[in-house]
Amino acid sequence: MSDTPKRGAPPKLTGWRRVVPGLRGVRRIYSVFFFGLFVLLLLATDGRYLKGYESALFLELDPLTALAGLLTSATLYKGLALSLLMVIPTLFFGRFFCSWICPMGILNQWVGFLFQKRRPSEDHRLNAYRPLFRVKYYLLVALLILAALGALQIGLLDPIALITRSFTLALFPALQESGVGLYLLTPVFHGGILIAVIFIGLMVANRLMPRFWCRVLCPLGALLGVMSGRALFRIRRDVDSCTDCRKCLKDCQGACDPDGELRVSECHVCMNCVEACPEGSLHYGLSQARSSVHKPLDVNKRRLVESGVAAGLFLPMMKRSLSAESEPSPQVIRPPGSLPEAAFQARCIKCAACMKVCPTNVLQPALLEGGLEGLWTPILMNRVGYCEHHCVLCGQVCPTGAIQPISVAEKVGAEPYKSPVKLGTAFYDRGRCLPWAMQTPCIVCEEVCPTTPKAIWYREVERPGRDGFPVALKRPFVDPTLCIGCGVCENKCPVEDHAAIRVSSVGESRSSRNQMILKKKQP
Amino acid sequence: MSEPNSKRKKRAKSCRVQTPMSRRALLRHAGQTAALAAGIGAVGWWAYSDAPIRRRVEEVLKIRDFRVPADALHAQMAIVRGQNVEQMAREALAQLGGLERFVQKGDRVLLKPNVGWDRQPEQAANTGPELVGAMTRLCIEAGASDVVVSDVSLNDPHRCFFRSGIEQAVQESGGTVRLPGTGDYLTTDMGGELLTHWPVNKYLHQADKVINLPIVKHHSLTGCTLAMKNWYGVIGGRRNQLHQDIHTSIVDLAAAVRPTLTVMDATRVLKHHGPTGGSLADVSIENTLIASLDEVALDAYSLRWLDVTPDQVPFLAMAEARGLGRVDWKALQPVERQLG
Repeated sequence: MSDTPKRGAPPKLTGWRRVVPGLRGVRRIYSVFFFGLFVLLLLATDGRYLKGYESALFLELDPLTALAGLLTSATLYKGLALSLLMVIPTLFFGRFFCSWICPMGILNQWVGFLFQKRRPSEDHRLNAYRPLFRVKYYLLVALLILAALGALQIGLLDPIALITRSFTLALFPALQESGVGLYLLTPVFHGGILIAVIFIGLMVANRLMPRFWCRVLCPLGALLGVMSGRALFRIRRDVDSCTDCRKCLKDCQGACDPDGELRVSECHVCMNCVEACPEGSLHYGLSQARSSVHKPLDVNKRRLVESGVAAGLFLPMMKRSLSAESEPSPQVIRPPGSLPEAAFQARCIKCAACMKVCPTNVLQPALLEGGLEGLWTPILMNRVGYCEHHCVLCGQVCPTGAIQPISVAEKVGAEPYKSPVKLGTAFYDRGRCLPWAMQTPCIVCEEVCPTTPKAIWYREVERPGRDGFPVALKRPFVDPTLCIGCGVCENKCPVEDHAAIRVSSVGESRSSRNQMILKKKQP
Repeated sequence: MSEPNSKRKKRAKSCRVQTPMSRRALLRHAGQTAALAAGIGAVGWWAYSDAPIRRRVEEVLKIRDFRVPADALHAQMAIVRGQNVEQMAREALAQLGGLERFVQKGDRVLLKPNVGWDRQPEQAANTGPELVGAMTRLCIEAGASDVVVSDVSLNDPHRCFFRSGIEQAVQESGGTVRLPGTGDYLTTDMGGELLTHWPVNKYLHQADKVINLPIVKHHSLTGCTLAMKNWYGVIGGRRNQLHQDIHTSIVDLAAAVRPTLTVMDATRVLKHHGPTGGSLADVSIENTLIASLDEVALDAYSLRWLDVTPDQVPFLAMAEARGLGRVDWKALQPVERQLG
């Protein structure tokens, strides 16, 4: 231990150092653990396995969703307080989240390794800092200004929401399709191909530059970069022993110039440079006598202001565009326990956890049904599934409270609750309904109606058919005061393409406006 | 020559020339090209068709007849009243000659209860878990190698089997619950008037013996849902369309699936607002089990709890006309027993 290694020779590992992993080894163990944990928790986001696990752990650890939600709703909602577990250490130890914990970052690191051009001459170019990396700070500012003005669009680019959504809507169904038995009934998703194309595109972008997503686009990385600006512990370079060989750039994840004046906001603390240095000139920790200075956050203040102003100008235009918020949309049927539309939009981060847990596949990512701002938020598509009467799983897994965790009793309106949660109301299309239009018996809708008493009732009639002979029919009706809009009637209707009974959002409990029947005050 | 490397390469490329081909090279080249052309032509010849899509001929299965030969020594129908479901089931089966008459050693037995709905046992929308558990134990006692319980539920299948208590009852009794997933249906020739080729739960095809375990329930379209109607739960596809001619559909299904045995659960009867129910006010406690080899007689007998007469239920007479059994259940001279 006493003799110092010779200058220029690779660091020699002796004694315990050969068995105990170095800092890079520790980081690798952490990254495998956290990525595995993320996948396991997402797989456990399923009615069969969900037994009190903190299934939304990663979304709750995410400081960006917490901050954006705080800006839109002035609350740090429940589990989102866990994000402080990331924020506070980042202030002292730097942007460790990105390469140690973030599943999107870890996946990008692995994919980037696979796509690496294995030419030594390329390493310095690919892992050198570029002004392009500033883009993520401008995106962060634009998204946060939008949030502060009341529009939560952070979910589009938040890495945890993005990877949860991509796995749920694209990767897991694809695995099922290739024979991995993840589901009993293979799910399908509205516009799932779009999610898949974006996800594949982001993975392939690692071919342009390793960790393209993390370095250029990720707004969470930008936020953590800003937070790590004051970190006491950081990668330090001893200017005397450094020979400027630049071997530290070979596997640098953040492209943060460890060979020069380190850009601490870009550094993921991945420790690759520390282990790669043949001189032992790099260390992680406090400053020493001859440590190099660090560069401050590199952003163009003018661009920053421009991004903020652009977002501020965009918001009123967005608010004046027709959406489910300005005018109730018949197709925007939200999951049980959802907040009123404006509040829902201010909380939903489009992570698709609700769509993962939904047992009937009825929850689908909206495209433009609720306006552009409602992209990928959950809506019910009753031709695909229906809302299971005694199921409240979507509210249990929602990390932001856009879907409130309600009890089964609250949903079905059992004691002590006065009335059930209504998602909408079912309407007959008498031009398509078999007993109404085709003189053909049916009433599957009445059979499957889950309320007690049934919201669908029928009247027995005899009507002459085309040949004049009377046909005995049961013609169904909906009682709008009993209908809860679960959509099982629409789902099971034998009129295959466009059902003869369809649910629209009118009458939904969460809206005081989107109603139709005048009700007397309950005594 | 201080020219940069890349430029020199470029010029070298543009100056490359080809020497004339030798005869041997020419023949080899022409021969290879001719073989390629012949290969492409052969693929065209082989693939030519006037059909727009080449289809694989789909394998169409037939459902086995699961019945065992009739036996003049024993009753064909036994009605047992009592409190303990397992004892009642034992007694009913003993009257029919014992389960050993129906289940041989090593048989794979499928139990088909009605587990259509996300309801609790007390709500009587599904077959009682006590009966399913007791039948599982009895089958294992009789030497069955494998007792599988399966149904095509209308609600979320996991939830139906969990909340009905059937999953737990079967697991505790040593049987296996098998939920049919997306790929678990096999195209089957049902040979009916309405039902021709339909997707059928594969676990029905994998069984040696099949025991039908229906429950007595009200149904708004037919007035009742009993033993024959329970076969809706082995088919997939758009079975909702069968409601348009429900009586013919029921008879088609009953003709396609001939079970080894049927044990009707009339311990709790859903008298109104079926087949889903939900309110305990609609449930009547009747504490009865009926084991029968004749589904038609069994269904006719079970109507007594639903305030319907056999002539109000067209599928019974239709089934009799097709030779599936007799509506006049008294002619079978059922044995009646009272336990406890």
